[in-house]
Amino acid sequence: MFDTLSDRLSGIFTKLRGKGRLTDADIDATAREIRMALLEADVALPVVKGFIANVKERARSAEVSQALNPAQQIVKIVNEELINVLGGEGRRLQFAKNPPTVIMLAGLQGSGKTTLAGKLARWLKSQGHQPLLVAADLQRPNAVGQLQVLGGRAGVEVYAPAPGNGVGDPVQVARDSIEHARRAARDIVIVDTAGRLGIDTEMMQQAANIRDAVQPDEVIFVIDAMVGQDAVRTAEAFRDGVGITGVVLSKLDGDARGGAALSVRQVTGQPILFASTGEKLEDFDVFHPDRMASRILGM
Amino acid sequence: LSRDRLDEDTWEEIEDSLITADVGIDATREIVDRLRERTRVLGTRTGDELRALLAAELVNALDPSLDRSLRTAPKEGVPAVVLVVGVNGAGKTTTCGKIARVLVADGRSVLLGAADTFRAAAADQLETWGGRVGAETVRGPEAADPASVAFDAVKRGIDTGVDTVLIDTAGRLQNKVGLMDELGKVKRVVEKHGPIDETLLILDATTGQNGLEQARVFTEAVNVTGVVLTKLDGTAKGGIVIAVQRKLGIPVKLVGLGEGKDDLAPFDPAQFVDALLGTEPLARDA
Ligand SMILES: Nc1nc2c(ncn2[C@@H]2O[C@H](COP(=O)(O)OP(=O)(O)OP(=O)(O)O)[C@@H](O)[C@H]2O)c(=O)[nH]1
Ligand SMILES: Nc1nc2c(ncn2[C@@H]2O[C@H](COP(=O)(O)OP(=O)(O)OP(=O)(O)O)[C@@H](O)[C@H]2O)c(=O)[nH]1
Ligand SMILES: [K+]
Ligand SMILES: [Mg+2]
Ligand SMILES: [Mg+2]
Repeated sequence: MFDTLSDRLSGIFTKLRGKGRLTDADIDATAREIRMALLEADVALPVVKGFIANVKERARSAEVSQALNPAQQIVKIVNEELINVLGGEGRRLQFAKNPPTVIMLAGLQGSGKTTLAGKLARWLKSQGHQPLLVAADLQRPNAVGQLQVLGGRAGVEVYAPAPGNGVGDPVQVARDSIEHARRAARDIVIVDTAGRLGIDTEMMQQAANIRDAVQPDEVIFVIDAMVGQDAVRTAEAFRDGVGITGVVLSKLDGDARGGAALSVRQVTGQPILFASTGEKLEDFDVFHPDRMASRILGM
Repeated sequence: LSRDRLDEDTWEEIEDSLITADVGIDATREIVDRLRERTRVLGTRTGDELRALLAAELVNALDPSLDRSLRTAPKEGVPAVVLVVGVNGAGKTTTCGKIARVLVADGRSVLLGAADTFRAAAADQLETWGGRVGAETVRGPEAADPASVAFDAVKRGIDTGVDTVLIDTAGRLQNKVGLMDELGKVKRVVEKHGPIDETLLILDATTGQNGLEQARVFTEAVNVTGVVLTKLDGTAKGGIVIAVQRKLGIPVKLVGLGEGKDDLAPFDPAQFVDALLGTEPLARDA
């Protein structure tokens, strides 16, 4: 549907070839193409602006003007900078010194939290852990049942003392789950929470209360890879409202370019830990910044 | 012709405001180019005038003359059939519940068909909505063929003489060919009872440029007749529907404004544009 950045840049660079060095006008033209490609990939505008400023600075430097092929050098710089922003090597889950390790999930409605809870449970169990799933979304119709089905598939216990559908106190459930986990010798607690909007102050406060009740080792912000420019505002709201320690990008099995990855990474400063890549519990992978960079650039 | 009195910073601000609303580069460029032309012709000088012209351009891009009503009335005693489709988590099941609520409040009888036989507790969720709003839910056995559940739901609707049957389907990403084929089959099988009256694509307002591809592929598969733009109660502006309207001519018919049963409203282009442009001044007076 879109021209890829490589296509576009190669258009400019064909004209450049033979000139050997980049003029300011060349750099501006290149910056415009990079800007367009990033916006079409749904990278948020303020993030695009900062990113371009960096790339331009490097493009003016000796590393480009003295390169044998300045065009290729710029593509290389863009790619490097993207991987850099996306988090370089990435990181693993943080485990508590004294179990249980508590992982809390948060995000907008429909972003993929409950599914991810099931995926994490299955994956951690396969690594020899004894996870417990906690049904602390008591709002969305049948969220508790959904988590119970997923827990069943993962072969993991689901702590669900409240029926949900508007009945029960999620903060209480979350708090009690820790004691339950200790008694049942579970070493990891995964708390599923209701979807909420960044501007819903009451619901953001509830998330903060759940956090305070369970003292999580990880607060994972789950965001849909299809999201557009709103990624920045939403990530800021969750960063400020609950505090984020890591990000999971969901629905990466789609064909969205996923520029939100860049936005969220930039805004939160926290690593993208995993990629959620399908509806089944095994559709789950560690996050690869280099693959994501290529995807955003359409390479 | 008068000189362009609005400076480049003003134009950049306008462009930025459209881009950050997910209108997309192509549509933004086209709209801004037209606006530049009009302001030159009209000799526009002030930010207020410019804002009014921009709003008019955007409303225009949404084609306010389009019929946005839902075809939900039975014909000759046969219920109207509405098929609800879209990517995962967009708000299909919730929207089925809300539409049923509006119809029931209007004195119509509604039946819900749970043709999402895949996602955990999807049929339960729809049934909960049915209970909330006063509509029967038809569901099949777990992992049943969605087309046969949809067929059975419409059959039951005909037999019991309801006014409208709403069919909820499983979320699917439009690049999954097998799942899109499955959806095409749901439509074909349901149409053994007669044509579907309305096929609604549920589009999440937070969706970026991929929304256009969603609309294109779902329309190819099942001939979408209207869009429901959900989650407009958040900070996302939903500007991608402008591109969907321009490129594909599919009108937005309804908007979702929350998780409650009454959080559904007709789409009003002028109101939508107002919210998209926000309250901040667009441009300084020249
Ligand atoms: N294709 C695909 N679908 C996904 C992925 N993750 C989740 N889903 C689907 O997206 C939809 C929403 O997922 P949920 O896990 O219910 O999302 P949630 O964030 O818990 O939603 P709420 O609790 O309503 O806020 C479901 O249809 C899931 O099957 C993914 O990585 N790929
Ligand atoms: N804030 C807000 N939330 C909404 C709106 N519409 C739906 N939701 C929420 O979004 C989440 C997903 O909604 P569903 O109706 O389950 O979406 P779906 O498209 O049926 O999802 P799948 O069947 O899993 O593909 C739920 O938490 C809903 O409560 C809306 O207009 N505003
Ligand atoms: K979504
Ligand atoms: Mg959930
Ligand atoms: Mg659904």
